[in-house]
Amino acid sequence: MRRFITRACLCLLCFLASVPGWGQDALPVPPTALIAADHPWDNGTQIDLEWTLSADDAALLGYLVRRRAVDEPDFTRVDLVAPGTGAFTVTELNPSASYLFEVAAVSQANVESEPAATTTPLAPAMEWFDGTRLWFLVTLVMFSGAVAGFIVLARRGTPLKVRKIPGLEAVDEAVGRATEMGRSCLFVPGIQDMNDIQTIAGLTILSRVAGTAAEYGARIEVPTTRSLVMTAARETVEASFLAAGRPDAFNPDAIYYVTDEQFGYVAYVQGMMVRDRPAACFYMGAFFAESLILAEMGNSIGAIQVAGTAQPAQLPFFVAACDYTLIGEEFFAASAYLSGEPDQLGSLKGQDVGKLIVAAGIVTGAAGATLAVLTGSPFIQSLVDFFTERMLT
Amino acid sequence: MKRSIPLLITAVGGFVLIAAYFIPFTQGWGETVAVWFDVLASIAFILGGGNLLKIHLKKVSDRVSGWGYSLIVLGAFLITILVGLSKVGVPPSEQYPAFAWSGYYSDVGTPFWFFYEYAFQPLTATMFAMLAFYIASAAFRAFRAKNLEASLLLGTAFIILLGRTFAGVALTSWIPEDSVFAGLRVENLTVYIMSVFNTVGNRAIMIGIALGIVSVSLKVLLGVDRSYMGKE
Repeated sequence: MRRFITRACLCLLCFLASVPGWGQDALPVPPTALIAADHPWDNGTQIDLEWTLSADDAALLGYLVRRRAVDEPDFTRVDLVAPGTGAFTVTELNPSASYLFEVAAVSQANVESEPAATTTPLAPAMEWFDGTRLWFLVTLVMFSGAVAGFIVLARRGTPLKVRKIPGLEAVDEAVGRATEMGRSCLFVPGIQDMNDIQTIAGLTILSRVAGTAAEYGARIEVPTTRSLVMTAARETVEASFLAAGRPDAFNPDAIYYVTDEQFGYVAYVQGMMVRDRPAACFYMGAFFAESLILAEMGNSIGAIQVAGTAQPAQLPFFVAACDYTLIGEEFFAASAYLSGEPDQLGSLKGQDVGKLIVAAGIVTGAAGATLAVLTGSPFIQSLVDFFTERMLT
Repeated sequence: MKRSIPLLITAVGGFVLIAAYFIPFTQGWGETVAVWFDVLASIAFILGGGNLLKIHLKKVSDRVSGWGYSLIVLGAFLITILVGLSKVGVPPSEQYPAFAWSGYYSDVGTPFWFFYEYAFQPLTATMFAMLAFYIASAAFRAFRAKNLEASLLLGTAFIILLGRTFAGVALTSWIPEDSVFAGLRVENLTVYIMSVFNTVGNRAIMIGIALGIVSVSLKVLLGVDRSYMGKE
């Protein structure tokens, strides 16, 4: 009996040892038929991979994708994609290099199969149009078309109504107050250079403020953080004084460069505010941490303050410390509003059409996503996916 | 002519940058335009430096209010330029020990580095630190419950501030996390307010800003809005 049990145990051990994976992790079955192809309509940085799934797909951790430029000695890891995935797009490639790829199945025990590999090097091709940005172009054309269309309508004499913006109505009041008090107006055009659209929008408002100051005979001071902004601001103020018939009152030294350094600039402007006590302060442009420091200082000296910026994080600070704040689009609408020119007012109407399009998109997207959840319809879900993954990215 | 050429440059530069975004072959053009801007901005440094000297020398000579500060600005400006450009106290680099000026002007231990580390940095940090006091004074004014809107703002701000502190979280920790009232725990209320109400408001502003940028850019590129360069 004892001999029988011993023999049975030995047989069992031999059987278990012969089972694959017993005592060691088994190699998963590799994926096959790996194909690499250039990704269409891209900027030459992507290649599409496709492979046939491993026979062990259901038990895998995933597929490990690697790439190697022909002049590189080793493959580098790109990504580990989920099981059941038979396609992947490799991004961030160099258009002037050729690449080889390999894909290996990885088991739950983190054991890699033999890789499926491409044998012919492939270089990503640069197309004449970046198709990933097609929907962005369509949206841009729609918005720009609406703006241009309303400019044309305005030129033909179509009457356009624009709501009152209190912050801009207050410009004349602020400059008038400074004139009455015999003090200066301070205009801060933000701390960015001329390549920032907010600085340009700020200078268009400066044009109006300077024109009013010239009419009223008030002094205006414009300290800048960038030399190019100083030059552009001088041109703007000089033109406004000329237009107001007061070229003799233009003082180029009142528009000057302080420093590129953010807090150095703040220190100077604060000191100047305490010494000169301007009666009206305008903050129009791109602002960061200095927004509240400047606005609170202006508040402490009792100046009437009007601010405008497109930096959402700084808006609460301006709202808390200034008398009037132009929020986002109001800031960009200022030039058109103040000039009253039909061309420019037309652009405001174009913006409204843009807002309608955006609102329609939001309502459609929200309704579609809700319906997809409620009905479980794959068709509606695919529409929602197309909307969020193609059109909005 | 004085207006036409800058407008033409603006339009060409702007449309090239837009094209470069969509057409991969022209991406290099966009980079070239950006480099040109950097060149212009670098040249403008000289303009800015000259203007700084002129303005502050005038203030000192006219003895206007605060002229002493101008004197300090001029002194600091000239000393920093002198020390930086002439590489005062900078040892030769290890790579080229035979060349006296081969060292980097801002290497650790050099006078320029000393100015930056022990004068410029502390002054900048001091100015930034003052923000804390200004936030306190602005919050004091903004959160006064003068009307319904201000009261709502005060209440919301109070919940958010409370949710950011350990004491605030402890205050409602007795509400079980798996109960239907878990949403009333201060930390959950804070997350809800920030991720729903705050995000909605923020996105509305961002959409308006984006449309405004498109509109202003188009007006500038087409020459409809020329007020930033003066009128005809």
